[in-house]
Amino acid sequence: MTGGAERPYTLVAELTYRCPLRCVYCSNPVDQKPRRGDLDTATWRRVFREAEALGVVQLHLTGGEPLLRDDLEDLVAGARELGLYTNLITSGIPLTLERLRTLRARGLDAVQISVQGVHESDAVRIAGRASLPEKLEAAAFVREVGLPLTLNVVLHAENIEQVPALVALAERLGAARLELANTQYLGWALPNRAALLPTEERINRAAKEAREARDRLQGKMEILFVLPDYYRGVPRACMGGWGKQYIVVTPDGVVLPCHAARSIPGLAFATVDETSLEHAWRESTGMNAFRGEAWMPSPCRECDRRTQDFGGCRCQAFALTGNAGATDPACRLSPDHALIERARSAARPGERNSVPGESEHNGDMPEQLVELRYRTFRAAPSPRDDA
Amino acid sequence: MISTETKPRLAQKTRLHFDRHTNRHLLLYPEKGLVLNPTATEIVKLCDGARTVSEIVVDLAARYDAAPRDVLEKEVFGFLNTLREKGLLEDPP
Repeated sequence: MTGGAERPYTLVAELTYRCPLRCVYCSNPVDQKPRRGDLDTATWRRVFREAEALGVVQLHLTGGEPLLRDDLEDLVAGARELGLYTNLITSGIPLTLERLRTLRARGLDAVQISVQGVHESDAVRIAGRASLPEKLEAAAFVREVGLPLTLNVVLHAENIEQVPALVALAERLGAARLELANTQYLGWALPNRAALLPTEERINRAAKEAREARDRLQGKMEILFVLPDYYRGVPRACMGGWGKQYIVVTPDGVVLPCHAARSIPGLAFATVDETSLEHAWRESTGMNAFRGEAWMPSPCRECDRRTQDFGGCRCQAFALTGNAGATDPACRLSPDHALIERARSAARPGERNSVPGESEHNGDMPEQLVELRYRTFRAAPSPRDDA
Repeated sequence: MISTETKPRLAQKTRLHFDRHTNRHLLLYPEKGLVLNPTATEIVKLCDGARTVSEIVVDLAARYDAAPRDVLEKEVFGFLNTLREKGLLEDPP
């Protein structure tokens, strides 16, 4: 349905896949070799100009770790000249106060820093590296230079009990916003699902704690709690609909509707080194594959919710059923919903024997740490390979 | 609560942006934006932390002399409360 593209509001610029962390739920592609090295400064600046011309007003500079690009200052300045609201999404490593001051002076608007939990052991376990002190220091730098701070935490079975402690941490850091986002089981998170998916009871408790904090801190700190679609019974409106509001450009220049879309085989997406962003957004067959409603199967096409959830997540439909055009199995009306129910029944109940002093066994074995698969990297082909 | 003596100031995370695609102003903040109508745009521009809400109403009344004062006041309070609930106003010192 060429020509059906709407106005995009947000450009997600994945500046590099390189990252000092190896998070077990990373949204970067699993086992895919980049088609080329990272885009250069001039290409990114052109992409920003073309994005603004399409209507984009929000820019997320992310990765991998965007701080690993030594041209980040120039990219921020280019974005600011266009009036884009520029948000740096970072692990906080490696960041110095001087560099952050420069980024702010060049026009950076906001910074989002992720933590894996309130303990250093969470960082080691989930990100594969000790990093909490560096992250807390980076968060303090953000406040020191006077930029608004978002603290982002991906929730899963091993940190879902920490919501009150995470709220306290965000308050202590002076965060304007706290994002508590349950893991989405795509990318690296899917092979780790058995270790990461919490039970419904634990999620409900965390949701209640988040609601209480939101009421208490209303007007001071925005608290976002993203429920996992595995427990909602209805799919999430992934990216506000395929190719509707968000443009993702990968480090190697592919223009996508979401971070994971390249995991769906057979979709042809355009690249910014071969065509304009506008052409890639409006005309690529991949971008148009799931726009509108013509692609929808039953029960989506008769469902009143189709204008709210757009049939759910295409990447999740493909990852779980092998068919990207299927109704998202997260929906209770999906013929494949049993796949979700099975995963739920295997969810981790949590540390029942963790109360100090209550160590007598009543038949339960103390919980063992479940093995995790860490994110790895595949190098881009060298320029010589390209030739 | 916002009173007539409050001196509203926009939160640090906000930036007023003129959207050349729609000829309207947007109040941008992390991941989101509010589309402002012309009156809301004028109110936002007056939220400088120096003017009181009363002064903002007087200022607007001078510009929109057709609008009755109490209607205008209600509109200003309503909009400022929306901003406050969304965390888009700084806390008064």
